[in-house]
Amino acid sequence: MRDVRDALMVARNTDGKLIRRPLSPHLQVYRWPISMALSIAHRVTGVGLGVGTLLLTWWLVAAAVSDGAFARVQWFLATPIGLLLLFGWTLALFFHLFAGIRHLAWDAGYGFEQPWYDRSAWAVVIATVVATLLLWVIGLAVW
Amino acid sequence: MAGTSRTPQVDIMRSPLGRARGLGSAKAGAAHWWAQRISSIALVPLTLWFLCAMIRMIGVTRGDVVAWMAGPLTIVLMIALVIATFHHLQLGLQVVIEDYVDNDALRVGSILLVKGLSLLLALACIVSVLKLGL
Repeated sequence: MRDVRDALMVARNTDGKLIRRPLSPHLQVYRWPISMALSIAHRVTGVGLGVGTLLLTWWLVAAAVSDGAFARVQWFLATPIGLLLLFGWTLALFFHLFAGIRHLAWDAGYGFEQPWYDRSAWAVVIATVVATLLLWVIGLAVW
Repeated sequence: MAGTSRTPQVDIMRSPLGRARGLGSAKAGAAHWWAQRISSIALVPLTLWFLCAMIRMIGVTRGDVVAWMAGPLTIVLMIALVIATFHHLQLGLQVVIEDYVDNDALRVGSILLVKGLSLLLALACIVSVLKLGL
């Protein structure tokens, strides 16, 4: 022990052995584990998909209303802004879908142990990128 | 607050157990949790079906959408998708609002707004699907 702060860091574990207490993480120097990033991304994409439902509603209502209204939606979706919104929507949808399946596995009691906890996180990231790119390659080929 | 420098004092007469009991259980918490899971399970196949259907809707005219909506299968799956989506959405947004909005009036107000808007958008989608398909 070098000084009093070191002394405050010393404690006993359940076996009675002296141990050094771990420092609590400081937010500004704390490296985000992948699981933390995915947790907040699941929320953000969920809210984003909520905004995306406005697009779905507009598309369906316009199709039900008139040829002109539907042509306007189809025109807007083909503009750069429309395509960007659609790309963001598909990216968020695939992420929320795969991360959601990971959540369902946890709810069933599976996947909490390392290394599967981190591996499944990276699997979600990879699956999201691959599925989004695949969909857009197919979509642009059809278009 | 004025008296921050004074000695802190507890002005609650009830025992900690009484307070905990007064707060009650999560009440409809389990039902909320289940509904979110069930809707998410339903949304996995429905969303994948919808994406496959939407690839074929790229650049189409209204006549093609009407033709696609002609069968009862499309109508049923679309309405199921809309119900599951908006139900899942309002459940999820409720939790987000409950987590981040501290002010009681603002929290309850925004939850009601989210639920009302979700219901109206879902109804607009369902009516549109029925108008297209029937």
